[in-house]
Amino acid sequence: MPESKSIQDLIPFRIKVEPRLEETTWWQSLGITLIALVIALLLGAVVLAMVGGDPWRAYAHIAKASFGDIGVFSDTMVKAIPLILVGLASTVAFRMKLWNIGAEGQFFLGAFGASMVVLLPVLPEDSPRWLFILVMMLFGIVMGALWGFIPAYLKVKFNVNEVISTLMMNYIAVKWNDFFIYAVWSEGGFQMSKMFPKNAWLPRLTDYGKIIPELRGLTTHLGLVFALIAVVIVWFILYRSKWGYEIRLIGDNPKAANYAGIQLKKNIIGVMMLSGGLAGLAGMSEITGVVHRLQGAISPGYGFTGIIVAWLAKLNPYLVVIVSILFGALILAGREIQPSGVPKLIQGIILVCLIASDYLVRNRVRIVNKAKE
Amino acid sequence: MDPIIILQAGVATGTVLLFATLGGIFSERAGVMQLGLEGMMLLGAMTAFSVTVSTGNPWLGLLAAMLAGGLLSQIHAFITITLHADQVVSGLSLTFVGTGIALVFGETLSKAGVISLIPKISVPVLTNIPVVGPIFFTNQSVLVYIGYALVPLAWYYIYHTRPGMHLRAVGEQPSAADSLGINVFRTRYFYVFVCGLFSGLAGATISLAISPGWFSELTTAGQGWIAIGLVIFSQWDPVRAMVGSYTFGALRRLVLDIQGPTMLLGMRNPFYYNPYLGIFLTMLPYAFTIFVLVLGSYSAAKKRLGAPAALGIPYVRGERGL
Repeated sequence: MPESKSIQDLIPFRIKVEPRLEETTWWQSLGITLIALVIALLLGAVVLAMVGGDPWRAYAHIAKASFGDIGVFSDTMVKAIPLILVGLASTVAFRMKLWNIGAEGQFFLGAFGASMVVLLPVLPEDSPRWLFILVMMLFGIVMGALWGFIPAYLKVKFNVNEVISTLMMNYIAVKWNDFFIYAVWSEGGFQMSKMFPKNAWLPRLTDYGKIIPELRGLTTHLGLVFALIAVVIVWFILYRSKWGYEIRLIGDNPKAANYAGIQLKKNIIGVMMLSGGLAGLAGMSEITGVVHRLQGAISPGYGFTGIIVAWLAKLNPYLVVIVSILFGALILAGREIQPSGVPKLIQGIILVCLIASDYLVRNRVRIVNKAKE
Repeated sequence: MDPIIILQAGVATGTVLLFATLGGIFSERAGVMQLGLEGMMLLGAMTAFSVTVSTGNPWLGLLAAMLAGGLLSQIHAFITITLHADQVVSGLSLTFVGTGIALVFGETLSKAGVISLIPKISVPVLTNIPVVGPIFFTNQSVLVYIGYALVPLAWYYIYHTRPGMHLRAVGEQPSAADSLGINVFRTRYFYVFVCGLFSGLAGATISLAISPGWFSELTTAGQGWIAIGLVIFSQWDPVRAMVGSYTFGALRRLVLDIQGPTMLLGMRNPFYYNPYLGIFLTMLPYAFTIFVLVLGSYSAAKKRLGAPAALGIPYVRGERGL
């Protein structure tokens, strides 16, 4: 009788995995990320086909409805603005391995803070525009930072897991806004506040259409400038400042950071407030640049998408901009795709493929010919 | 505002949290943090409802929901156990995927109409006990009774059986468990799967028994996250999980009922006269979760109890670690 062989013996190749000793080059890591993205989109296509959709038409539609001409591209940028800021918020926190999942709530509180300036009111309605914008920015950032401070304080003082507390704060933030929309600032019984006066709106490109006709109809607003400035500031803080050095050291090796005399608690509070402030600025920019009133549905989950943006950008502030534009497109065009859960599902699949692909960044996988071994 | 009714409803709604929390306990006892509960629950709720609509049999729906949760959980298992990826991010991504699948396939379900539910029963004899009878043994869903049975079983399993001991060893000191011949990887895969089964069951409990129907993301409304808070509060102990879950269930009911009467504690009830104040009441379960975490970490520090030592740390053979 012939000796029985297992299937493994029949295959002349073996997969060999060993940890990478050298750093991956940027093109290796870019290649791995792109492959992960392609696989994610293929998996998304399979699901779309399963529910009876035509995946290729859906993807083509997303591309056309977000990058097809300058008008829709401007709309894509409008969606990208809050994503950039929220993506930065996640980047700062995640770099320290501080899991701020509360950007969504901090976004809502930022929007609330900006609305306070008009609705409380903090400033009279006929204040100059620059003053409105400045004070609204301040209120948005401070309210977002405060919302970030609460879980940070609870973590420092009572060792409360920040994943849960920031998440719970999201639900509370939405309900907090609801109370003011329903009960305090409701206009004529509707669940929204009155429209902000024009001088509390962020200037948009279309406002200059009279001078430069090409800009007519373009909705991109000043928030884009805020976001880009924030990118540079966050990059500077993370990679060129002493504080950023501390943040990165804690993220890489908290024990070493402790031995080096870095105060963990102070950094938890500081980073959480910076993160919350950035998310708050996103809320302010959205409410003054796009919505122009306080209402319930001001975010299609920007705060959660920001987590994926930060991860896809490998916590690099400049890459956050590029990734945000892509996800802005997905959110913009995804609104018209049926069934409505598709954009969320694709985001999830992308994140799964990305974290799985990190394995290839950390390990070298080779196929070895058994005969040659 | 009858306290008996509030507690009875608390036990019913708390059963959802109980199942999810038990699942979380099993996974975390094995050293794998599972932040994907919400996604698996939502998928379970959708699957249960959908299968029940098409087959007319809620038990088949329940079974399908558990399998769906278990299958989804294996993505998390593969990414964290085999690929050693970060458990926090992987868990979050699982929630995205679970929510996405549930929303995509549940798109048309909300118009499905009435389905047959898991039956409610009263236990003869026990139902006549004063106070305890009406709260625990009268007109409760069969699933609630399954909850009663699962808690002591889980407790006994974890603390007094050989596989339970292996489970704890893998979560506390995987390298030692490995050297004793326990397969750390297989054990972790298994308990992540168990956690998926429990989460699917929790989801099915919502859509087939406690608040029947499919209301997209509002079906779970963050209960998966509350359950993760309860896992920490319970200090990974099934009995404490039961107490926590029922307390939370009762709180959810209290928040609804407190807006009914015109008088409250001898005063004009502010929640009756100003219904908008009720919005603040709906914040309470979430705020209470944070409060419970504070309590949990305080009492854990006092009793020197902690999370399973290897929680959140991928096990790599031959690498220096725990």
